[in-house]
Amino acid sequence: MSEPVFVEKLDPGRGEFYHKLLNQMLLVRRFEERAGEAYALGKIGGFCHLYIGQEAVAIGALNAIRPDDFVVTAYREHAHAIVHGVSSRAVMAELFGRRDGCSGGKGGSMHLFGVERNFLGGHGIVGAHLPLAAGAAFAAKYRKSDQIAICFFGEAAVNIGAFHETLNMAALWDLPIVFVCENNRYGMGTALERAAAVWDVYRRACSYDMAEETVDGMDVLAVHEATLSAVRRAREEQLPTLLEARTYRYMGHSMADPIHGHYRTKEELEEQKLKDPITRLVHQMRDGGLITDDELETMRATVDEEVADALDFAEQSPDPEPAALYTDVYHD
Amino acid sequence: MVTKVLMEALSPTMEEGKLLTWLKQEGDEVTAGDVLAEVETDKAVMELQARGAGVLRRILAADGATVAVGSIVGIIADPDEEIPDLPTAGAPKEKPAAAPKQPAEPAAAPDAAPTSPPSPQPEVPAPAGGRVKASPLARRMASERGLDLSRVAGSGPGGRIVKRDVEGTEAAAPTAAGAYEDVELSQLRKTIAKRLVQSLGPIPHFFLTTEIDMERAADAREALNALGDGPKISFNDIVMKVVAAALRQHRACNAWWLDGKIRYFEDVHLSMAVAIPDGLITPVIRHADRKSLREIATEARQLAERARERKLTPEEYTGGTFSVSNLGMFDIEHFTAVINPPEAGIVAVGSIVERPVVADGELEVRKRMRLTMSCDHRVIDGATGAQFLQTVKRMLENPLALVW
Amino acid sequence: MPTITYRDALNEALREEMERDPDVFLMGEEVGVYQGAYKVSRGLLETFGERRVVDTPISELGFAGIGVGAAMVGLRPVIEFMTWNFALLAIDQVVNSAAKMCYMSGGQLHVPIVFRGPGGAALQLAAQHSQAFESWYAHIPGLKVVAPATPYDAKGLLKTAIRDDNPVVFLEGEMLYNTKGEVPEGEFTIPLGEADVKREGTDVTLVCHSKTVATALKAADRLADEAGVSAEVLDLRSIRPLDVDAIMRSVTKTNRCVIVEEGWPFCGIGAQVVDEIQREAFDALDAPVLRVTGEDVPMPYNKNLERATKPNPDKVIAAVRRVAYLD
Repeated sequence: MSEPVFVEKLDPGRGEFYHKLLNQMLLVRRFEERAGEAYALGKIGGFCHLYIGQEAVAIGALNAIRPDDFVVTAYREHAHAIVHGVSSRAVMAELFGRRDGCSGGKGGSMHLFGVERNFLGGHGIVGAHLPLAAGAAFAAKYRKSDQIAICFFGEAAVNIGAFHETLNMAALWDLPIVFVCENNRYGMGTALERAAAVWDVYRRACSYDMAEETVDGMDVLAVHEATLSAVRRAREEQLPTLLEARTYRYMGHSMADPIHGHYRTKEELEEQKLKDPITRLVHQMRDGGLITDDELETMRATVDEEVADALDFAEQSPDPEPAALYTDVYHD
Repeated sequence: MVTKVLMEALSPTMEEGKLLTWLKQEGDEVTAGDVLAEVETDKAVMELQARGAGVLRRILAADGATVAVGSIVGIIADPDEEIPDLPTAGAPKEKPAAAPKQPAEPAAAPDAAPTSPPSPQPEVPAPAGGRVKASPLARRMASERGLDLSRVAGSGPGGRIVKRDVEGTEAAAPTAAGAYEDVELSQLRKTIAKRLVQSLGPIPHFFLTTEIDMERAADAREALNALGDGPKISFNDIVMKVVAAALRQHRACNAWWLDGKIRYFEDVHLSMAVAIPDGLITPVIRHADRKSLREIATEARQLAERARERKLTPEEYTGGTFSVSNLGMFDIEHFTAVINPPEAGIVAVGSIVERPVVADGELEVRKRMRLTMSCDHRVIDGATGAQFLQTVKRMLENPLALVW
Repeated sequence: MPTITYRDALNEALREEMERDPDVFLMGEEVGVYQGAYKVSRGLLETFGERRVVDTPISELGFAGIGVGAAMVGLRPVIEFMTWNFALLAIDQVVNSAAKMCYMSGGQLHVPIVFRGPGGAALQLAAQHSQAFESWYAHIPGLKVVAPATPYDAKGLLKTAIRDDNPVVFLEGEMLYNTKGEVPEGEFTIPLGEADVKREGTDVTLVCHSKTVATALKAADRLADEAGVSAEVLDLRSIRPLDVDAIMRSVTKTNRCVIVEEGWPFCGIGAQVVDEIQREAFDALDAPVLRVTGEDVPMPYNKNLERATKPNPDKVIAAVRRVAYLD
């Protein structure tokens, strides 16, 4: 199956659902923008990888799973954390390194966790979290539960050993897992074409006799549809899927990396922005009469408030106690 | 032509010489008659002259080395001449100047059997640069036993002192707490020492006697005892207090003779001779110079009692820096006491006798007391001892001088 | 009391823990159908089935990570590395995932996993199959590292390691699997972080672990006969946490210490023990602490060369003679 999934028309009966998707995308977009500002002001330190432009993938996919499903992702994860149930307050406070952050200030941007919501992080080594996700799926199967695991990673991760080993075992053991490759075309500064012998990520699935799919990652509804079928396959058939979502990031790899320049042109960036997922959904909803300008304004305003509140919360939250240096090295 | 530079006999009695300073260095050109070095002999500092011409190719004894007369200390030869390969002569001694003050040994209590005189020390290599190598355990053990590590020979690698070395060393010499200063003997001192011992026996004693007017001291004593609060003060207590105070001013008398050096103490620990049934023992009043008269009186009484009961511990009868012996209670007017080694001096106190004395041209009957000081001539010379005694006399005749 | 092999002691531990807790499972290469590369898991597949005894492809990084992921959501995996040499491929999962997860998540997650397998040298396996990895893992906060020397210790410690809620690196030894020892029937565990005096003595402390315990014991016997030296043999059992109190008690008593370890000298386990001793027991020492270690070379194939790299009683005795100033 190699034709991209595409959704044209909206279903008038699902207005609430589309509102939810749009709201989440707006929230994530605004959150990332303000986080970028905070980083530039020195309030967020270390690495900060922004998701701007890729919203359709996280929101589309995570709305196709259950709250009790396991979510594992890499370090470009603020969106996934927020959508799968970690509050924007707790995420922002964690970016600020404060005590009320979701990881107590000890993880940072790359290590967000919300274990009660089955959000399992937040991992910094490229590709290393794939086996972790497969382990969660293994546990679900071991316990004979119908939970599944969904794992997000970039296209540069498909060249590392852990990708290969994990997909092989997932297929070998029929693990209930969905592998979502967020193909934003560039590693840090290396285009996929310069890193991979095979450019269509989804095609690698055949090495493992695994189900594959590819989807327009700038189309939240398409992503949602594609994920739904992969999730069903995992939950009902206990079979893994490799789902390639073709998307684009507007910012640099991280806040410390150039937005464009050597590795991609400004023109390319401007061209991709024309496919902006939020703009696209807004148009679709307007065309379908499913949202008014006022409602949109309200939605934007509410989102702004929520993010402003999250920033405020983060600013007010104190530093962790000095004694926190020594806690949780071991679990008692 | 090779000329050997020898340590020459620069005085008739010289047996060894200390090379103070080389005035020429290896590689210097010298002619016959040039002064090569300064040498300290048994009498004075002399010049060592070159007996040949050429280049001073080798110096075989370093500055500060003491070498026997006749040893080769250097070689003069032509620049390219082959010269014999000779070892360095003599052992480098520590600096001839007074050794730096050492802090007190942390002596808790010296070990058993200190009544015997210090046993001969085992062969102890001089610590290079002053640092003694010892394992942490050995250090701790030595400190606990009040052992001076520099007295212990180390059997470990590089002369490291280890546990078995400390265990095997008895606390040889008695220790006295307090600061002290060791002074290396100069050549002159060495010679005097040797001569005296050869003619006078183990400790070369000489004796100094002074007669003291005790009127004021008697009055003071009566007045103090009339106050009623505190112990009764005896004349001996007063003498001890004064002797201790005087020793502070005459440190040269507050010393020990140790083989090869004199130890001058900062603190005064007064040995007090006490007659006991079959002999004599000297309990020590420690820090006597810092104690008040009543403290001395109290302590003297207690120690004497315990001495008679044979209850004194070794720590209580060793470690004194000077002694006082009183036979006045036996009506002895004058006697000469024997020095308690390693101390260097002892004052013998006679009885107080009323004597006719001429004062301001008038004949008076006044209370008089004779003190005789025995001195170890190796440590204390005539004038030194006399000055000390003079201070004692002055203080006893003017009791207020004690608080001056 | 039964006498069983170290291998069988481990087998019993696995069996008992898998019976006791349904969340415990074993995963690794050849653990199931093959009965275990070193037969440690013999019979387990038959008893517990495929779900709980999982044969893997040769994918150390992958299956170590799967184990960590399963532990993150509450299972209790025992991941077997065929040897610890191969675990280098998986070390990212052991260190960056397992060890650090609890801390990074602010305590939200813990990883109750055991990584086990044989480490160190066997016989003529050459450079890539003979390394001792204690130091690598002992270095990491968040890991526990255990190295039992006897069947009794192996069983008691493995049971405890499986029940521990933290990642445990469990270092066995191919040369130990066949050794025999008394192991009581019935339930028993041994706490982590406790050393064991295998032989009491008064004159020198021999600190050792795993294969060097036997070496130290042999040296102790000969020292008693040949030199009248009474050596105390202290088996660390756990490397991290290290039983510093036991080390101090022993060294304070004997005033002398020789450490016997299989690994390479630089930054080896002994270096840490020396640091502890010189810091905490400085005044008890009558001599410097010496170490008998593996020679600082990759393991050669030739039998005699290999023998020369390993600690042996002669080397231990020579070191003891030095610290006791007998030479």
